[in-house]
Amino acid sequence: MNIAVAPDYRRFLARSSFIEMAARERARAILDCGSFRELLGPFDRIKSPWLPMQGIVAQADDGVVLARGTLDGQPALVAAIESAYQGGSMGEVSGAKIAGALELALKDCENGRPILPLLLLETGGVRLQEANLGLAAIAEIHAAIIALRRHVPVVGVIAGTVGCFGGMSMAAALCSRLIVTRQARLGMNGPEVIEQEAGIAELDASDRALIWSLIGGEQRHAVGMADQLLEDDAAAIAAAVRAAFALGLPQLERSAQAERFVARLARIDPQLSLDGEALRRLWHGAPT
Amino acid sequence: METIELDYPARYSVPRRVHVGVVGSGDLEVLLEPSADLRAHVLINTSVDGFGVVWRNVLDRFFERFEGAATIEINDFGATPGTVMLRLEQAAEALRS
Repeated sequence: MNIAVAPDYRRFLARSSFIEMAARERARAILDCGSFRELLGPFDRIKSPWLPMQGIVAQADDGVVLARGTLDGQPALVAAIESAYQGGSMGEVSGAKIAGALELALKDCENGRPILPLLLLETGGVRLQEANLGLAAIAEIHAAIIALRRHVPVVGVIAGTVGCFGGMSMAAALCSRLIVTRQARLGMNGPEVIEQEAGIAELDASDRALIWSLIGGEQRHAVGMADQLLEDDAAAIAAAVRAAFALGLPQLERSAQAERFVARLARIDPQLSLDGEALRRLWHGAPT
Repeated sequence: METIELDYPARYSVPRRVHVGVVGSGDLEVLLEPSADLRAHVLINTSVDGFGVVWRNVLDRFFERFEGAATIEINDFGATPGTVMLRLEQAAEALRS
């Protein structure tokens, strides 16, 4: 990096990287200082029964950190996914941890005790080794988000650099508000999967500039798939999460605007090769 | 996948539980908690088979300096001996802080 062209390098150096934090640190960094209280932590050893059968060492928390705490004094629930463990994949246990926590938060909301639900998403989607069990859990997460967002905003953060894919990209899309960084990625199929299935001529998964120009945080924000684009700064992300909850319920969730997105898709000519910039131009001024 | 169990003498009981690390590529997690007797018990689950002697060497060296009566579970995803030692030292440091 050339410091001469980055006059705010002191700010850059002073900030605390959110991306470099593990899931537990991320949850701590967002919640009010000292309020973090973990549910079903590693010492409860609620882990995958399926991975050891397939010769894979299981992590004691199955890669999901659930924490209760507060955000500006209001009760909150954080579900943070650990991307370093099995690509942040959703197995039976890790998925059930998130779904179960969201369902308990829903009960509290229904009983007049609102809880702010926050998802720190860093996941390749379903854990292939656990197949349908993971998919079922992801469906439960979707249902819980839709039920919860009638009471409180459900806020999602995709910081990167794994991003958010597969069934969990749908969970991200169901969130009332979605915060991303430039390093984040959001998509249904990951680039490696597309390259494997459609060939390298279709998509070169090793071309990072291309990948991020298509599904990176900046692009997703520019085309309206994410609400806020932030630098990789833990304090800024913590502040943006609070602001996203303070805005209250959105008038219309993104996922409730199916016609708008179908109309957008109709404007795309599949015969033409479309890059990220062209998509922005095509959708600029799209009916809202 | 292989499981290794090791035992060491201890001189004092540890005050609390400590968790460090991730079961990520080339990394491991350590779950350290007070043991019921005045000994240290180590249970290693590792994805890489055939390194029992190396594990014993690393743990022997760690317990030359660490004398806490702890039950330690290690879930390893191909960490090098250096990384294993760093994670163990990190857990011991977290215990002191």
